[in-house]
Amino acid sequence: MNVSLKSLLLGVSAASLIVSASFAQEKRVLTYNADYDPIPLAAMEALIADFEAANPDVDVKINNFDHEGYKTAIRNFLTADAPDLANWYAGNRMAPFVKANQFMDVSDVWEANGLSEALGSAKASMTIDGKQWGVPYTYYQWGIYYNRDAYKAAGVGEPKSWDEFVANCEKFKAAGIDCLTTGTKALWPGAGIFDYLSLRTNGYEWHMDLTAGKVAWTDQKVKDVFAQWARIQPFITANHAAIDWQDAAALLVQGKAANYVMGNFAVGVFKEGGMTNDNLGFMVFPEITAGLPRAEEAPTDTIHIPAGAKNVEDAKKFLAFVASADAQTKLNMALNQLPTNKNSAVGDDPFLKAGFEMLSSAHALAQFFDRDAPAEMAKAGMEGFQEFMVKPENLDAILDRLEKTRQRVYK
Amino acid sequence: MSITRTAPLPPTTVRTSFWRKNQRRLAPRLFLAPGVILFAIYVIWPIFDSLRLSLYDWDGLGEKTWLGFDNYVELFDDEAFYTSLKNNVIWLVLYLLAIPAGLAIAIFLNQTIPGMRLYKSLFFFPFVISQVVVGLMFSWFYAPGFGLFYGLIEAITGTGIAVLADERYVTYGIIAAGLWPQIAYVMILYLTGLNNVSPDQIEAARLDGAKGFRMLWHVILPQLAPATFIAVVVTVIGALRSFDLVSIMTDGGPYGTSRVLSFYMYEQALSEYGYRMGYGAAIAVILFAIMMVFISGFIWKMWREETEH
Repeated sequence: MNVSLKSLLLGVSAASLIVSASFAQEKRVLTYNADYDPIPLAAMEALIADFEAANPDVDVKINNFDHEGYKTAIRNFLTADAPDLANWYAGNRMAPFVKANQFMDVSDVWEANGLSEALGSAKASMTIDGKQWGVPYTYYQWGIYYNRDAYKAAGVGEPKSWDEFVANCEKFKAAGIDCLTTGTKALWPGAGIFDYLSLRTNGYEWHMDLTAGKVAWTDQKVKDVFAQWARIQPFITANHAAIDWQDAAALLVQGKAANYVMGNFAVGVFKEGGMTNDNLGFMVFPEITAGLPRAEEAPTDTIHIPAGAKNVEDAKKFLAFVASADAQTKLNMALNQLPTNKNSAVGDDPFLKAGFEMLSSAHALAQFFDRDAPAEMAKAGMEGFQEFMVKPENLDAILDRLEKTRQRVYK
Repeated sequence: MSITRTAPLPPTTVRTSFWRKNQRRLAPRLFLAPGVILFAIYVIWPIFDSLRLSLYDWDGLGEKTWLGFDNYVELFDDEAFYTSLKNNVIWLVLYLLAIPAGLAIAIFLNQTIPGMRLYKSLFFFPFVISQVVVGLMFSWFYAPGFGLFYGLIEAITGTGIAVLADERYVTYGIIAAGLWPQIAYVMILYLTGLNNVSPDQIEAARLDGAKGFRMLWHVILPQLAPATFIAVVVTVIGALRSFDLVSIMTDGGPYGTSRVLSFYMYEQALSEYGYRMGYGAAIAVILFAIMMVFISGFIWKMWREETEH
């Protein structure tokens, strides 16, 4: 009896020891809402493991959303149940949240870590009202990805100019290959084509004025852009409105299509489909108006601290960590994308190298149509682009409609 | 103080007598209360709140700005609104095909053959699976390249039709997907109705020489009137609130030509590029007004029947 009582007491004290020990190890939780695909998720989890190793008292809880669903979910969780960190995008895309006081001003993180210097190229797109509202961790180039086998099958070489590109299309058509493919079911892939045609026809400054609502959509220069588009329109995959961008990627992999205006994230899909560095090619979108300074498309992905964050101190530590050169090197090696920190190293991948070279020699970088233009304009615009690619004869009606939207949106 | 002493009326007696006196009047109200309160909070209040919201410009996060009727003025000058309205009318008309089709299948299945229950369940199956799954199955059915329907058309005519990418066919393609489960639903309504058709009357009609279509029209259909009424109600409402299929199969595309009002409302108020809560509410109000026409008709008919008996 006595013994059992003693053992009982021992047991209780041991249990309380365990409890107090677990109290001592209680970590400060940092919640992070994100929208990663599987490969980027693994890359970010590795970064988080490094961060937790450097800050053993912090436990980062990543809450991963479906990519498309996240865009709607963020509005709910920012106001209802804000995490400490949230993924979003640079440029005009973050303006509604900044204006509604949903993102925290993190200028002090930029100040304290010398980020204005290290992240110089991305600073402008992170700045609203002279303050920074988040930290960029990666960006990637857009350009033309092409299937070398399809080029061989049609007997054409890599085009040196836009005219040559258009001329090639005829040959691809004769060989039964779609010259340019895209899948506009989700609308945005079409905007990539528009952005490049616009940047190459009228230049970066004009394109930015257009997305900022300073140029009328009925302007002759807009029509010039569409005139170039009309030259390749007959050679674009016919059913693009019914397919997703991955379906169009499959067409390129199978050699049924030759060229694809896409972001570098598509390389993973091409390679999963069986393409290799030998038959997958990348080229800079060819020049249209001679002598224009070359601007490129490079959307930047970012992390922000919601205004309702509970653990702001650790969230800022995390931002500083994500912005650091080493973390960005490692993260972007795994992501197969480009680091925003200029002191980071770029991966060995030929597409990354090509992208890095292209972007570092560019005159300016655009974010993407749906990040440069406000959301409502972007939606109307991308619908118009899709309609134009199906029914080019509707151009005037489309432009009238876009002009009407512009006058309302930028009021 | 003095009053309480001079009039010592035990509170319990007061309560019981009040309850006794009014029990018959109060009890039904008490039983109704939970339902009425929930209905008021979740149905009545949102209706008036939408009406109010439709007069504002609001992005869901920031300040509301008073607009008066500007949202409606814009709506009546909005091509996309008319496209949605037109599609809603097409939906409404074609969706009603579910009623004759459902009736035909129900009559066909209303036989006593071994294993009939199995066939009935197979026909009912599409109504059991989720609309999302129906939408996905039909998108694959129509998909260019590997879709069964696309392949069939290609084999017959030489060129396939990507139904969901062609503004001429897209709405019909989605309605066809919607009809599949709706026919099953109507069928089950009629099957239960057919169970209650009086065999005496059929026999009497048969003796009088009625058969075939005349038998159906003059003897069976009148007895199925209650089932027909419910079938019309659920089909009309189903057509007007068609949202899931549009969202799953096309997302309103290509270039917004398959939108219906409910989808346009969602797109404007809640989707990635939307967040015009006021404008979305204005569309909701219009949709509500259209539904109200039908709903009042149904309620009026029911009320008239109740008071007749």
